[in-house]
Amino acid sequence: MKFGVGQSVKRVEDFRLLTGAGRYTDDLQLPGTLFAVTLRSPYGHAVIRSIDTAPALAVEGVVAVYTYKDIAEYGEVPCLVPLSGPIKTPRTLLAAERVRFVGDGVAFVVAETREAARAGAEAIEVDYDELPVVASIDAAIAPGAPKVWPDAPSNLIFDWQLGDGEGAAKGIAGAHHVASLRIVQNRVAPTSMEVRAAVGEYDATTGFTLTFGGQGVAAGRPMIAGILRTTPDQVRVVTGDVGGGFGMKAFMYPEYVLVLHAARALGKPVKWTGERSDAFQTDSHGRAMVSDAKLGFDKDGMITALQVETWSDLGAYQAQFGPAIQTMAGGRIIGGVYRIPAIHNHVHGVMTNTAPVDAYRGAGRPESTYIMERLIEAGARTLGIPADEIRRRNLLRPDELPHHNGLGLEFDVGNFPAVLDKALADADWAGFPARKAAAAKRGHRYGRGMAYYVEIAGGGSQDEFADIKVNPAGIVEAAVGTQSNGQGHETVYAQVLAERLGIPMEQVRIVQGDTNRLDQGNGTGGSRSMAWGGAATLQAGDEMVARGIELAKTALDDANVDYSEGVFRARATNRTLSLAELATLHPGALDGRARYKPDNPRPTFPNGCHIAEVEIDPETGTTKVARYSLCDDLGILVNPMLVQGQIHGGVAQGLGQALLEDVVYSDDAQLVTGSFMDYGMPRADDMPHIHFDTLGTPSPTNPLGVKGCGEAGTIGAMPSIINAIIDALDGVQIEMPATVEKVWRACQALETRVAAE
Amino acid sequence: MQTKLTINGVAATHEVSPATLLVELLRDGLSLTGTHIGCDTSQCGACNVLIDGVAVKSCTVLAATLDGAKVTTIEGLAKGDELHPMQAAFKENHGLQCGFCTPGMVMAGLEIVRRHGPNVSAETIAHDLEGNLCRCTGYQNIIAAIGAGAKAMGGKSNA
Repeated sequence: MKFGVGQSVKRVEDFRLLTGAGRYTDDLQLPGTLFAVTLRSPYGHAVIRSIDTAPALAVEGVVAVYTYKDIAEYGEVPCLVPLSGPIKTPRTLLAAERVRFVGDGVAFVVAETREAARAGAEAIEVDYDELPVVASIDAAIAPGAPKVWPDAPSNLIFDWQLGDGEGAAKGIAGAHHVASLRIVQNRVAPTSMEVRAAVGEYDATTGFTLTFGGQGVAAGRPMIAGILRTTPDQVRVVTGDVGGGFGMKAFMYPEYVLVLHAARALGKPVKWTGERSDAFQTDSHGRAMVSDAKLGFDKDGMITALQVETWSDLGAYQAQFGPAIQTMAGGRIIGGVYRIPAIHNHVHGVMTNTAPVDAYRGAGRPESTYIMERLIEAGARTLGIPADEIRRRNLLRPDELPHHNGLGLEFDVGNFPAVLDKALADADWAGFPARKAAAAKRGHRYGRGMAYYVEIAGGGSQDEFADIKVNPAGIVEAAVGTQSNGQGHETVYAQVLAERLGIPMEQVRIVQGDTNRLDQGNGTGGSRSMAWGGAATLQAGDEMVARGIELAKTALDDANVDYSEGVFRARATNRTLSLAELATLHPGALDGRARYKPDNPRPTFPNGCHIAEVEIDPETGTTKVARYSLCDDLGILVNPMLVQGQIHGGVAQGLGQALLEDVVYSDDAQLVTGSFMDYGMPRADDMPHIHFDTLGTPSPTNPLGVKGCGEAGTIGAMPSIINAIIDALDGVQIEMPATVEKVWRACQALETRVAAE
Repeated sequence: MQTKLTINGVAATHEVSPATLLVELLRDGLSLTGTHIGCDTSQCGACNVLIDGVAVKSCTVLAATLDGAKVTTIEGLAKGDELHPMQAAFKENHGLQCGFCTPGMVMAGLEIVRRHGPNVSAETIAHDLEGNLCRCTGYQNIIAAIGAGAKAMGGKSNA
């Protein structure tokens, strides 16, 4: 089957997106639309004494200015996983009496044009009393530090521990060697190329319509209704094309509700389109943590214990999933797929006067992997064991699976040593010394680094939905509860459904992003879509066929009807009805919604081995990733071309964090990196050619056997690239981002050391 | 004030303010929403269009200064259902994911062909994409797409 599972089918989305016919949120141009701008706090921490909106209302074209008092009756932007106990960190739609980070919303200006809205925002006079700030983890946890939340005992808002504390302490104490590192994971900005935007509409009969670029419409609907103090049936949520999300667009942001409030109040559609500076200031950030980590080894390099203590910067508010990222999401996978007798993971949640931190591509799993892979390679170096060999000794073998990691996870299937070996072959591991020697002749340092990662994908999911309609032409339309942000879901879902139904892909249409069409579903995130949405789609197809068979029995007057390739066939008479004929005969009767809900929902465990080689010019500190190859176990690949694309993009984001990207706040909590002029995005010539390979073990947790691929690339890239740089620097530890300056300084220090010796 | 432009082959006179950027005229004025705004600081290239055959960031140009110019946007490349060879190469090589940077990338690809001809190297493409940001693809397939598109275009120039 030329479009079935395993085929690199070209994308059905592409014609639209390549011809300018995509429909991103800001492309929506409704008659009479008003434009909104959020006035944001210029201070990291301040009390709002007063706001004078009169000058803004005097600006020609400004029709309304909203401040907290106008929306005080509404609910807050919720944190769904607050770990702070009785201490709350409520984020109102606009700041009430206090702003807590640069970018905190203070007023929402609506005008007839974008220019007028901007001018109106500039005209508002806000009287602030500046307060002392904490702009970093160190500042926040210092004794006597100013508090982001005055009612909290300190900025340490929660304390979370998991694993075997006593066992880990013993394992570390009794170890032959302990690799001990303080590891910084820089704050990064997700930076979708499409900045967040939202259009609000209100109709007295049908209620609110929100059009926005999100990662799923159904889950947000009750949340929006709750904030607006209305019922979900009064809210329609629509998402068109989305210009990248990376986790960040899964969350509720104040503007999504403010446009609805304004639309109702003003009786016109209201559009808010963020600028890039809005994005840097207010999109949820990622990572932002520091860890003290210890990995114990016996004399043979076998791991004895892992002990990690992390301070996780949550920003000024506990974001929607913010507290969960380093704990429930990523904290349980620390230690990877190694055989570790005792693991203890201790996470402190820290409030700072910075933008809220939440899930960003990988969401805790890159961070955990990064810690482990830095440690194991540091240990290997001291013990004199090659990087591949120490991993081979410690990786779980297939005969040891399933394996409980002691943190609540059971690794089910995989062949980690085989993946490692294939990755070594792909990387021409043996050819490294020659490449290093060649670089040395150029006067360059050369190093290689490895990472063996595992992630939990589709975790936390309980169910997923797909809703099928068959029209009289026989076109099978499946609405799915997930949401593509560029991954190509319209293509892959069509592939799996077309294959299941035995019909051409052209006969299948995948739709998403409208609660009027499908009001159930958990959206896209955590690399869950294929495992859950794909399974729901298959189930919906099967259920449609079952309905069709029943209908055809009557229509064909035969108790035995079979289905294949779009045709229902009576066994006795061989008479047939096509999908189109049956749908015409019984309009709507084939339609139906499937809920995929496995009895024992389990996550999948994508894993793999990434190997990077870097060449450093010590004169300039320039690091070039010279070679990059990987072998991943992503289970079954529905569309290898799309999977490869996901991995490429993931690696680029990991490379960006490793070498370039850093959200910087000054000590007074000003955002220094507020545009692409200050924030180091990876560009085309920063990227190596990525050699992609797989060795898949099908996942037993879902009917397609897929494991998820959206986040894998990022997870493998950060540690492999940094380990390569450390290798090139003869073991000198370096923290992300390994900028030109940092690397140059490290090279200079090494030269000085060599000269002194 | 008025400016006379030929946009995607259609000549017309447009009423603009002296401060109207070309990208604003295209998107808000003419509903040619295929040209995207990604950064506001001329760093990302999502708003690239061709002005008299040369790729220009349309967020850097005042519409009023373009009197008499020919502008080609992403909407002006395909002929009906038939993609321009550069667009087709992006599809064939999976050179796009979310599609937001894509119109600008396609225009950058045409610019690269204009500068370097049909046999441009991957290194040159990567270098010349310095003005375009993509967050999804890791650029590898964009570079491949532009290389393939350049070949498919042969010696022919833009659009």
